[in-house]
This record gives sequence, structure tokens and C-alpha cells, in this order.
Amino acid sequence: MTRSMRLVLDVWRQKGPKDPGGFVRYEAPDISPDMSFLEMLDVVNEGLTERGEEPIAFDHDCREGICGSCGVVIDGRPHGPLTATTTCQLHMRHFQDGDHVTIEPWRARAFPVIKDLVVDRSALDRIIRAGGYISIRTGSAPEANDVPVPKPDAEVAMDAAACIGCGACVAACPNASASLFLAAKLGHLHLLPQGLPEKDDRVRTMVSAMDAQGFGHCTNHRECEAVCPKGIGVAFIARMNRDFLIASVASRHEVMAHRRR
Amino acid sequence: MQRAIALYDTSVGKKAVMAVSGAVMFGFVVGHLLGNLQVYLGPAALNGYAEHLQALKPLLWLVRFTLLAAIVLHLLSAHQLWVRGWFARGRRRYRVERSAATTYAGRTMWMSGPLILLFLLYHLAHFTFPGLAMSVGYAHSIGDVYANVVNGFSVWWVAVLYLAAQACLGLHLYHGGASMLQTLGLDHPRFGGVAQGIAKPLAIMIWLGNSSIPVAVLAGLAR
Ligand code: HEM
Ligand code: FES
Repeated sequence: MTRSMRLVLDVWRQKGPKDPGGFVRYEAPDISPDMSFLEMLDVVNEGLTERGEEPIAFDHDCREGICGSCGVVIDGRPHGPLTATTTCQLHMRHFQDGDHVTIEPWRARAFPVIKDLVVDRSALDRIIRAGGYISIRTGSAPEANDVPVPKPDAEVAMDAAACIGCGACVAACPNASASLFLAAKLGHLHLLPQGLPEKDDRVRTMVSAMDAQGFGHCTNHRECEAVCPKGIGVAFIARMNRDFLIASVASRHEVMAHRRR
Repeated sequence: MQRAIALYDTSVGKKAVMAVSGAVMFGFVVGHLLGNLQVYLGPAALNGYAEHLQALKPLLWLVRFTLLAAIVLHLLSAHQLWVRGWFARGRRRYRVERSAATTYAGRTMWMSGPLILLFLLYHLAHFTFPGLAMSVGYAHSIGDVYANVVNGFSVWWVAVLYLAAQACLGLHLYHGGASMLQTLGLDHPRFGGVAQGIAKPLAIMIWLGNSSIPVAVLAGLAR
């Protein structure tokens, strides 16, 4: 038999983008240690609904750690206390009975709050739109071994491609920088032959897009790496910086005007 | 030129300017320390070295101008980026602020930097252009650098001020050295770790080396 837990939550409530918002205290009685953090919020929301109050809004979709929808700051740490774990995969057994937990939305100028714990992360999509793709004819899948990729490169590209775009890196960064997100996207494209023809243009347009979206710069505090639910490392940021500087100084093309943001 | 402007227009470009100007100053600090450590070889060695430098006037001024340019660029980029980052973080802060990775040195870069600048002004007024220095109760001698060092650090609060400044510099370089490598993308699966591994001990050695001189004077080891 699993014992049940009782928690006290301080949750950020905000009716809409214009509402000043504030913290509201809730009891979360009768929580099973086997529940995920989101299931715990579901239980609290059921109680709120029964009492005719507005449930707490939070983002979620797959609940299996792969979609990147979920994510709240739990006691000052994006996705909570466990390393390499999304909020939906964080289980209540990592908390103690009687714990007092503060839950806040991602905070960054580029991530305005929509409601309660839900923020607008479309700024990340706009960075992708600036160059996070390969401009080739799509058609039927090519023969698997037509384009050889060295195994070690494929491995590192896969590490980068593990990014689920949740935005925890931005939430954790003292400068709200999206460097780790962008570096992961660039890393996975530039380790593979398909990404190389557009490499110089891509790194320049996407870095400019990151700046234009109002994200900050990287001061190498490595907070992003520490909270990334996919354990993506800052070595990708070094790679992005190197590629960016080389492209800016030595690229043979000027950045195409239509891709400029 | 257009490319240089486009580069500086981006956050990564500004960061690169900060890193290169920081690296220039880092190089200077290492050279400066090696020169100063000759204080342990006695008055003849240190004064001879100082005379040597003075004899290389054009080179000395080249180095001075390079350093001045580095300081200006470093300050400008640091300031502009700091404003950017502050703005990007947004007005609403977290109620629970908790860091998961950064160091004390990293968190205090914005403070150690300006403190080094203040110290630098005092330091120049103290040793390089002594006419500007506040009176510290000894006569400054133009040729005898060794005597100036010993007399200067014999005043306890001057020594304490220098020690505090060296702590700031050490902290700044502790984060700055490794940060610079990352900013410039000087990383490699095999050698990147080695370079990062050298950066922090080097900052500690600079701190200890610089700090040893006022301590040695106060302890009566150099007179
Ligand atoms: C003159 C006053 C100075 C100010 C206001 C200042 C300020 C700063 C700031 C705010 C940073 C960025 C910190 C971060 O990225 O988190 C920085 C980085 C750095 N500073 Fe300074 N600093 C000063 C002097 C110096 C000196 C004298 C040196 C070297 C001897 C130095 C070397 C560096 C290096 C190597 C970096 C790393 C650059 C990078 O992150 O890529 N700084 N400085
Ligand atoms: S809900 Fe999909 S990653 Fe958490």
C-alpha cells in the first residue's frame, strides 16, 4: 500500500496576458507518490472544478517526456528537482509529505504568460522558421545508405536532436538566452551532410532571429545544461559560436535578403 | 566593414569582441605578473627590467594603445550585452531564485569587472603616473621601482586594497578564461577539456602570484 501525501502549493495564477497575476495557495491532499507532477495538478484541478473555481492552466500533451509541451518552474528550478526529467515525468515520490512547493511559469520577455502557468513559446518557432530546415525537394524517402554518415557524427547529431523545444534553457538562463535551444537545432543539422550546404547562411540568420525575438546572450553560466530535460550540453553552444564566427568572417555568400529576419 | 558591423550587431558577435578583448587583457596580466615577480630577484633585476621597458618606448606605447582599445571594447560590449540580457530576462522575476550550475565568480562578473576598472585607475595613479596619487607618506622615486613597490605596500591599507583587487581579478578570470574559450568556440572533444582545465588553475595562479607581492612586503620578505 502506498502512503498518501499532503502538499501545500503556491501557484502563479494569472487570468490573461494583461492581468498582473499573483500567487495563490492551494492544499494538495491525498496525493499518491506514484503520480506525476502533472497528475498531482490534475487532482488539485478536480478539487477546484468541484468547488466551481477556475482550474490551474498548464501546458501538457504527450505526458511521456517527448513533446516538450509541459514545463513549469518548481521551487526555482525548471522541470523541478530531478536532472534530465520533464515535469510530466517527475514523480511525486521525489517530494516529501508536507512539502511546500512554489510553482511558477517560465519567465522571459520572449515568453509572455498567456494564462497561469502557460506561456507563449512561439518565439522559438520563429527562430526555426528563420532557417531550421533543409531546402530540398521532398519526395519519397531516399535509400538509407545513399548518404554515408560517420557513426560518431550520427550519435552527436542524435544527442542534439533530442531537444524537445520545451524552453527550460531559456527559463533557467540569467539572460533568458535561447542559445542552448538554437545550438541544439544547428548542431543536429550541421553534423549531418544534408545540413551542410546551407550551414553558413543558416547559422547567421538563426542567430539574428534569436536576437530579434528578444532572447538574451550566453554568459556561459551553464544553467541551461543543468536543467535540460534531455541533458543537452553546452558543447553545442561552443560549436554554434565557432560556426557563427567563421561564417560571419569567411562565408562566400552574403546572407540572402529574403531569409533575413 | 559591413561584415564587421553585421557581426557586432549580433549577441554572439558582441560576445566575441568581449572575449577577444578579454583575452588581450588576460595575456597582458600574465606578462605583467611575470615581470613583477622579478621583485623576488632583488632591486637590480626589477629596476633593470623597468629600464628595459622604458628603453622600448614605441613598443610600450603600442602595447598601451592596444590595451586601451581592449578596455574600451570590453566595456562597451559588456555594457551593451548586460542591458540586452537584463531586458530579455523581463520585468517579472522568479519568486524562488535558485541557480543549478553557476559559480560565485560567474554570478559576480558584472561587479568584479567594474571594481577592476576602479582599481586600474588607482593603480595607474599609484605607480605609473604617481603625480596623481593620493599622498601615502613616502617619496616616489622615478628610477627605483623596487623601492616604490616596497614603500607602497608598507602602507597597510594600500596592500589591503591591492589584495582585494587581486581577488576581484582572480574571480573575473576564473569565470572569464573558461567563458572566453566557449564564446570563441575553442572547443574540441579531446583538447577542449584540456584548455578548460588549464583556464581555471591559471586564474588561481595569477591571483596567488599577484597577491604574493604585497604579502611579501608586509611580511618583511622584500625590503
Ligand atoms: C575594465 C573593467 C572590466 C569590466 C567592466 C568587465 C566586465 C566583464 C563582464 C560583464 C564580462 C561578462 C561576464 C559574463 O559573460 O558572464 C566579462 C568577461 C570577461 N572579462 Fe572582463 N571586465 C573588465 C576587466 C577585465 C580585465 C582587466 C580582464 C583581463 C585581465 C578581463 C577579462 C575578461 C574575460 C577573459 C572575459 C570572458 C569573455 C567571455 O565571456 O567570452 N576583464 N568582463
Ligand atoms: S507533456 Fe510532453 S514532454 Fe511533458
